[in-house]
Amino acid sequence: MATIHGATGAPHARILGIGAYRPSRLVPNSEVVDAIDSSDEWIQQRSGIRTRRWAGPEESVQMMSVEASRIAIERAGLDVGQIDCVVVATVSHLLQTPAVATAIAHELGTDGAAAFDISAACSGFCHGIALASDIVRAGSARHVLVVGVERLTDILDLTDRGTAFIFADGAGAAVVGPSDTPGIGPVVWGSDGEQFDLIRQREDWRDVVGTDTQPGSGVMPHLTMQGNPVFRWASFAMAKIGQQALDSAGVSLDELDVFVPHQANMRIIDAMARSMKLPDSVRIARDVADQGNTSAASVPLALDRMIAEGEAKPGDTALLIAFGAGLSYAAQVVTVP
Amino acid sequence: MASTEEIRADLAEIVNEVAGVDADDVQLDKSFVDDLDVDSLSMVEVVVAAEEKFGVTIPDDEVKNLKTVGDAVAYIERAQG
Repeated sequence: MATIHGATGAPHARILGIGAYRPSRLVPNSEVVDAIDSSDEWIQQRSGIRTRRWAGPEESVQMMSVEASRIAIERAGLDVGQIDCVVVATVSHLLQTPAVATAIAHELGTDGAAAFDISAACSGFCHGIALASDIVRAGSARHVLVVGVERLTDILDLTDRGTAFIFADGAGAAVVGPSDTPGIGPVVWGSDGEQFDLIRQREDWRDVVGTDTQPGSGVMPHLTMQGNPVFRWASFAMAKIGQQALDSAGVSLDELDVFVPHQANMRIIDAMARSMKLPDSVRIARDVADQGNTSAASVPLALDRMIAEGEAKPGDTALLIAFGAGLSYAAQVVTVP
Repeated sequence: MASTEEIRADLAEIVNEVAGVDADDVQLDKSFVDDLDVDSLSMVEVVVAAEEKFGVTIPDDEVKNLKTVGDAVAYIERAQG
């Protein structure tokens, strides 16, 4: 009988570099209020959002991903040829197959890196970081590029009062590679499929196209959300998950420097911070005010901004937590690159 | 068993913490939305905090019936009973 050799991985993994791409068009609340019969004041009070960025025609999922990735790879101090796995978290790549990850890997110029998409909605990036960490430590790849990217405007109903002012577009990327010391803590993740319908596309493609007996709607299956139950789940259940991620990593609240929750809504961020009893010394990402909710892209975009503005420094300890449709969630403590 | 006044006072403390409303203003006849300016998201926070504090369950469907502080206190009293 043959003996199968196992792979040999790195002792630990860490994030080596972060990159971001923010679409060029800044959209103030005044541009979205008419279609939803709302006001700038109402939107700010309910969400803390002042502006968001919406992608133009040339700012595709692939284009935004490649731009963010190039920056992340450069900041990691790597050549693109050293990237041997590309994981893309998105729900707004509108081709079900093939995965956009292969096109991104090719356009970046990787040497045929393994490439695939994951579908975990707003929690996708933190799922990707968890996978990347395990891949590096297991030896399945040495440098993993994790991209969180969305062009949610493609599936946004601009007349829906519950979603139109919230969601936005953008891309964030991180390179995960080997490390002598732990730079990514254990992931705490899970799902609650009982609440499958709380955030979802209204219908599937068969309902759009129709059948011989049932005419199709002919309408893009838009994103829908039941705001209050989501708020309750995110603000309280997720605060407990954040604490579990800290506990798993053996990091106390006093040792935490930076808190980067999914940028869903400022009210959720504030409620989570209160619920977790974060000390004032912890810097909290509040990118949602200017960027809107970019789903899978929100955590890397927010972290990138904190690094750029000096709020997060290399070596800082950060708690990442992301949550959304599924419902699904993932959280981990990481060292800021 | 907590008295109506004790429940009101504890609830007032929660409303103060969540929404910054002066606890003395949180009286039984006051409407959360119209008088105290507690919006639906803050109401969710108040409800979750009240569930923990009073050891009761307040389902989402029930929350919209809790228009006044008195409604909430009465619901908590019944649920504890």
